Order: sequence, then structure tokens, then C-alpha cells
Amino acid sequence: MSFPHLSANLVRAAYLVASVLFIIGIKRLSSPKSARQGNTLASVGMLLAIVVTLLDRQIVSYGTILAGILVGGLIGAVAARRVAMTAMPQMVALFNGSGGGAAAIVSSLEYLAFARAGLPVPPVAQVTILLGALIGAISFTGSIVAFGKLQGLVTERAVTYPLQKPINLLLFMGILAVSGWLVAQGSPSPMVYAWFAGASLLFGILFVIPIGGGDMPVVISLLNSFTGLATAATGFSLHNYVLIISGTLVGASGTLLTYLMCRAMNRPITNVLFGAFGATAKVAGPAGAAAGAAGLAGKAVRDVSIEDAATMLAYARKVIIIPGYGLAVAQAQHGVRELADLLKSRGVEVKYAIHPVAGRMPGHMNVLLAEANVPYTELYDLDAINPEFDSADVALVIGANDVVNPAARNDTGSPIYGMPILDADKAQHVIISKRSMKPGFAGIENELFYDPKAMMLFGDAKDSVAKLIQAVKAL
Amino acid sequence: MLEQLLTDLTIFILAIFVGYEIISKVPVILHTPLMSGTNAIHGIVLVGAMLVAGTPEGPFVTALGFLAVVLGAINVVGGFLVTDRMLQMFAGKPRDTRGS
Repeated sequence: MSFPHLSANLVRAAYLVASVLFIIGIKRLSSPKSARQGNTLASVGMLLAIVVTLLDRQIVSYGTILAGILVGGLIGAVAARRVAMTAMPQMVALFNGSGGGAAAIVSSLEYLAFARAGLPVPPVAQVTILLGALIGAISFTGSIVAFGKLQGLVTERAVTYPLQKPINLLLFMGILAVSGWLVAQGSPSPMVYAWFAGASLLFGILFVIPIGGGDMPVVISLLNSFTGLATAATGFSLHNYVLIISGTLVGASGTLLTYLMCRAMNRPITNVLFGAFGATAKVAGPAGAAAGAAGLAGKAVRDVSIEDAATMLAYARKVIIIPGYGLAVAQAQHGVRELADLLKSRGVEVKYAIHPVAGRMPGHMNVLLAEANVPYTELYDLDAINPEFDSADVALVIGANDVVNPAARNDTGSPIYGMPILDADKAQHVIISKRSMKPGFAGIENELFYDPKAMMLFGDAKDSVAKLIQAVKAL
Repeated sequence: MLEQLLTDLTIFILAIFVGYEIISKVPVILHTPLMSGTNAIHGIVLVGAMLVAGTPEGPFVTALGFLAVVLGAINVVGGFLVTDRMLQMFAGKPRDTRGS
């Protein structure tokens, strides 16, 4: 099979148009109204780039390419259609890992091309090839581990073992040393390169394993920017501008997004990546948490019956709902929307308070609630909703824990001290729907549960919400 | 060689600034679709995969090239479709599936 070839200049011009479409597309993503159109624009740019590449004169064999696109496209389409909205983070991780793997292979094949031709690799080409392969490989295996953790295939807990950090550091230094040797060597040496690639893949695993499941969103965001940078590196080795521009756009935006997520949790990125947050919490816990738990030991929590909770909600003037990851796990978002509609029909003012790190991805909770047809105008972020708790009759916390823990405000010894929280404790009454007294991701006690205003509604979130709906209807 | 590197670097540095600028104004509620959308855009590595897979020399290179194209295509197609699925729900026009 063969296609008519385009001139190199025409291909470049088309790449330029594609790059512009990507930039405008991302720009349009900044408003809910134009976001879908932005994504469509970017996909049109992608289609253009793929079609002109197919017509590029460098390409002589089409069979492999067309078969590959067909197979990959089919896998991607089926996965994207089938995935549940709650599983979105791990889906994004898998797609991201695919891109990283592709970048690593492209760089490696570039290296092999030099070896086959028996040519020395110029230092610049050498550096960009090694960078593309290293970053791409880390993103590939790291994303797979992140997927495994979120999907429950690998333990969600941070996995730690003795000498973990020294071993990781040693491996990384080893990779750098081999890279340095390869650059200095000049003439290609596929065997040493294979060792380098293998070590890079291993490093991706060891890098993500010690990070707890709740921090996976930050990791995925970081790996997303890694794949972007790996793509940009392949652009340097292939001298392809559309690869450099798009890869860098994603690299820069992913880095910024990672930073914003860490800031929302008030934890520096180094703490997320190397702090093994949530590893020891169950066993020993930091001193502050232990002391806090001891202080709470004498107090008891107060249960509330479905009927009482329903009455409080139905006769309130204003209810603020605080959804957390537990709601997503229980798939309770549709029920919550139904409950909210019911309350609204009774004249109750209902608002949703969304913590920046609610769910397993920034903005994940918004997606889940949008899926349940909650209008986005009812969703309020932390700064907008916190002043309103004072005037709320009931704060209904569903499957959230750490994001409403007042220890973040009061207890300087707490591991979450300083994290911005939703001021649920300022509402007149707090109803907390929770499966058990088990601590949240941070592994610490929540003094809010022991607050005299607080009432616990134990049970599965979906189940409790369904019962609440029945009880409100019966009133 | 050096001239080429400088051109590449110029584009790289300018793209960093553009990437930073266009992202810094995205509201939190769209962060997940944004992550997913930019994730699809780095699927452009598929173009690189096509370029190396289109000039095969031997079965080993062909196999690796094929794998790279498959992975790149998964990234592109899956990324854009899943983002579209999410954004469809933000469209502002709620489907009328509300309960009684």
C-alpha cells in the first residue's frame, strides 16, 4: 500500500496548525461551557497531525503503522467507553503509562538506528535519547503501579522496607552513571543501553511503590507531566516541532497542576513523594496522632437514627453536603442528588462543599456529581463555602474524613496540620455518614466525630442515603 | 547541529511559558478533565512512533515499532474519548433523568 507524499514544508505547516489547535483546545478547557469544544479542537489537531505524518515521505512501510493504530485505537476506545466514572483516575494512569511506554520505545529505536548504521551518537542526540527513554520508562512502569494501587491489585498502603531510600538513590545514581558513560563513549553500545533501559523501568516501580493510594492523584499528575517531557525529548531526537511543543505544553501544565494539588493539601511535593504518608499510620502513628487519640479515648461518639437525621434535614433552612471518597466508593452520588432534590422541593437551601482533594483526583468529585446530574452551579469550592457554614443548620458529611478534621486548624502536632479544611464544625449540627470509626487516609483520629454537635450515621453511604430519602418522603 | 539545537530549545522554552499561562486559569472543577485532556495531547508521541515504525529494519525493530504505535494510539484515542465523556456531563444542559 502507498499514499501520495507531502512535501516536508507542507507537513511542517500542518504540524504548526495542530500545535495551535492544541493550545486553543487547552485554553477552552478553562470554562465548563467551552471545555467539550476545546477537547474536540485538540482531537482535530491530533487527527491532522496523524494524517500528515502518514503522508510524510520518510515513511515507507504502512502495514505496521495502520495495524498498530487499529489495535491501539480499538483498545483505547473500548476502555474509554466502558470505564466507570469512579475509576477515572486509574484509567488516566493507564493511558498516561501507554504514552510513556511509546516515548521510551521511540527513543530506544532511535538509539538502535545509530547502532545499526554503525555511526557514533552525537552528544546532543545521546542526551535527548537517554532522557526520553528514562522519563518515558519511569512514567510507564510508575503509571502501571499507580493503576494497580487504585484498582486494588497492589496494596493501597505505602510499601516501605529497610534501606528503601538509599537503594532508590543508589539505583538512580547508577542510571545517571551509566548514562554518563554512554554519552562519553559516543559509539553506540546496545548491551549497556539495555541495562540502562531495564534499570529505568525498575526505578519507575520503586519510585511509586512507597507512595500511599490517597496520594496517587498527585503521582498521576506528576507522571502525566513526565510523559509530556519524554514526548518533548523524542521531539528533540526526531527534530519534530509538534512533538516538542505538545510534549512541553503537557509537561509544563502537568507540573503546575501537581504543584496546585500539593498546595491544596498543604504538603510539599517532597513529602508526598518521599514521606511514605499513610504507611505507618495503622501501626504506630506519629506522636501527635497518638496523643490525640489518647485524649479522645474517654469521649464517646453519638449515634443518630435515620428518622432523626431525616427530620433534621427536612426541617432545616440550609444544608451543606460534604461528599468524600467514601461516597464515590459506595456509588452514592445519584442517591445524594435525589436526596438534595427532595430537600429542595421542601424549600431547603442545599449546597455542595467540594474540597480540592475530595475524591482520588483534583476535581474528581465534581465529575462524579456531574455524572449524577448535579448542576455545577451548586458546587462550591473551599473558599466560597467556608463562610457559609456559620449560617447552615446541618452539614451532611458523606464518606469524607480528613478534609473536615479540625486538627488541621488546631493541633500543631498533627500530620495534617495546616491543610485547608471545610469548616463543617461551624454548622449548627453535623451529620456524618460513615461505615465505621476507621480513620481516613491520613490515619488519624477525627475530633469532629466527638464534637457535641456531631452525630454519626453508621452504615454504607448508598444504603444510608436511600434510607434517608425514604424517611424524608414519609415525613 | 548547534543551530538545530538552539531552534529546538527556543521552541521548548517558549512552550513552557505557554503551557504555564494557559493552565493557570483553569478552575478546580475542571482539573480532572484537564488532566485527562492534556494526557490525550501527549499522545502526539504516536507521531514519533509512526516515524520510527514506518522505516523498519528487521523483525525486532518492526515489533517494537508496532508496540510503540499501539501504545501511542491507546493514549490518543482513549484519552480524547474519556475526556469527552466527562465533559459531556458538564455541558450545562442536564439530561432529564431525575427521579420522582
